[in-house]
Amino acid sequence: MEVRVQNVRKEFDRFPALHDVSLDIRSGELIALLGPSGSGKTTLLRLIAGLEMPTQGKIFFGDTDASEKSVQERNIGFVFQHYALFRHMTILENISFGLKVRPRSTRPPNSEIRRRAMELLDLVQLSGLEKRYPSQLSGGQRQRVALARALAIEPAVLLLDEPFGALDAQVRRELRKWLREIHDRTGHTTVFVTHDQEEALELSDRLCVMSQGRIEQVGTPDTVYDHPTSPFVFGFIGESSTLPVTVENGELWVGGRAIGLPAGDAGPGEARLFFRPHDVDLIEADASLAGVVSTARRVGGTRRVELEIGGAGHLVEVDLPFDHPAGEKTRLAFRPRRWKLFPAG
Amino acid sequence: MSAAVSPAPRRGWSFRRPSVIPGFGLTLGFTLTYFSLVILIPLLALAIRSAGLGPEGFWKAATDPRVLGSLRVSFVTALIAAGVNVVFGTLIAWVLVRYRFPGRRIFDAIIDLPFALPTAVAGIALTAIYAPNGTIGALFAPLGWRIAYTPSGIVIAMIFIGLPFVVRTIQPILEEVSHEVEEASATLGASRFQTITRIILPSLTPAILTGFALAFARGVGEYGSIIFIAGNIPFVSEIAPLLIYIRLQEFNYVGATVIATVMLLLSFALLFIINLIQAWSRRRYGYGN
Repeated sequence: MEVRVQNVRKEFDRFPALHDVSLDIRSGELIALLGPSGSGKTTLLRLIAGLEMPTQGKIFFGDTDASEKSVQERNIGFVFQHYALFRHMTILENISFGLKVRPRSTRPPNSEIRRRAMELLDLVQLSGLEKRYPSQLSGGQRQRVALARALAIEPAVLLLDEPFGALDAQVRRELRKWLREIHDRTGHTTVFVTHDQEEALELSDRLCVMSQGRIEQVGTPDTVYDHPTSPFVFGFIGESSTLPVTVENGELWVGGRAIGLPAGDAGPGEARLFFRPHDVDLIEADASLAGVVSTARRVGGTRRVELEIGGAGHLVEVDLPFDHPAGEKTRLAFRPRRWKLFPAG
Repeated sequence: MSAAVSPAPRRGWSFRRPSVIPGFGLTLGFTLTYFSLVILIPLLALAIRSAGLGPEGFWKAATDPRVLGSLRVSFVTALIAAGVNVVFGTLIAWVLVRYRFPGRRIFDAIIDLPFALPTAVAGIALTAIYAPNGTIGALFAPLGWRIAYTPSGIVIAMIFIGLPFVVRTIQPILEEVSHEVEEASATLGASRFQTITRIILPSLTPAILTGFALAFARGVGEYGSIIFIAGNIPFVSEIAPLLIYIRLQEFNYVGATVIATVMLLLSFALLFIINLIQAWSRRRYGYGN
């Protein structure tokens, strides 16, 4: 189901957590809300769920206004970071809970509830564990139970709040792949919150980058990575290096030296240059960014070199293949292959 | 402590498990000595003293109608009081944990007062209020319901002294039951009522049982506050601890120890059963272990 968030504002005790946020979530897509802590991403998710009510604005599920509906009426599946399983119920009871609490008129017969729960247990690859209690399962298994429980009620939207946040890196990667598979198979409109950019880039159809209660950018992972629209997004998604530059005569200057990059349509004055550390060319020309190597660390297959550029001591990072001869030098000159200019400040 | 350094592979049950925490022998020895001095030896003395009567004499003394009457009064009122305390204690714990209101901390501290107040003071205060001419007693008197000087008074006194046990056992567990679990229940479509009856109360069951057991045990053993409010009419509102005291004053030491032994056995049996249920539900429900 389509979800439309329209000019939503949320305040907690006069403290604004979301400022006038609008977001269209398409039917069947897997969208990530990504941002640092305090960016309002969890608040937005809870507003969609109905666990919080907006101070202003509306939320539509399809064409119906869901803003005034209670959580119970919205028919959403919610997965919590810390699973929130019912400890006194078996796995099977946990999964069938949502169906069992329905009023008699809409409740399926017991045999049907059991059949569906077993089917979901199979979907989350936990067949045979139906009689266990949550405390007898590992973290990854618990989160899969939580997902099965949320899916049992045939939710209009599936909402996940940092679903893998409490799990270790190995399990997290596994579950990520598995969640993508489940999504492709069941086709639920899914919104998930994460502060892990790698997770968001790998898993989502689109991401919505948030900062300080505002949406910074919405787009496919590739668009957001390749064409960030704000310094925040450039810095938050992927690795980035930044340097203050001066625009003059249609060129970029650092410390009174032209660095061989055209300014494009940027007006003269101060600006900030952003580029990816791995997206650079080492060159020996005069017009380049040159600096003294301050540290060099080997990170897996690459060597990350920190350079001090110019007299002002600005530090930037550049990645080299770990066996590149330039890694031994004390001075390096390079030019970003792709870059972006943002106004200074 | 060689066992601590290189733990041997476990071969079944052994009295002493390898452990990295030193001092097993010392602490266990101290615990047993202390336990014996303070609890086991006095209780044993009680049993031996009452056994001096022989089985027949013991049975006769124990089934004396006045003794049976007092035991009935003690246990029935204690059960009722513990039951009332469980209901309202849970409610109070809920309010204290879930809501923030002015004066919450003071209210929270007042809960403990029955622990600290001399029981005689409590008894006199309760009697003054619940007597037919007291503030609350006067409200009930026209309805023909006398509270003080009847078993109702005993129940009131037991509720007073047992309340903190229930509140203080439920409070920490209720804090542990996360808010997220309730939210999860709501997102799955459960109404508020269903969330309380199907999610919250089952999670609290072990704590509620513990609170019940403690409040009950305290009620059965209570003496000071009850004798003021009970009226102490044999067969109606005379509690077993009072009868023990009366027997002592009659220099009937054996008679007193017999009542005490019967009380001890009954209390132990009840507490043991409650403990078993508790262990079972704790295993099942997972909270508070």
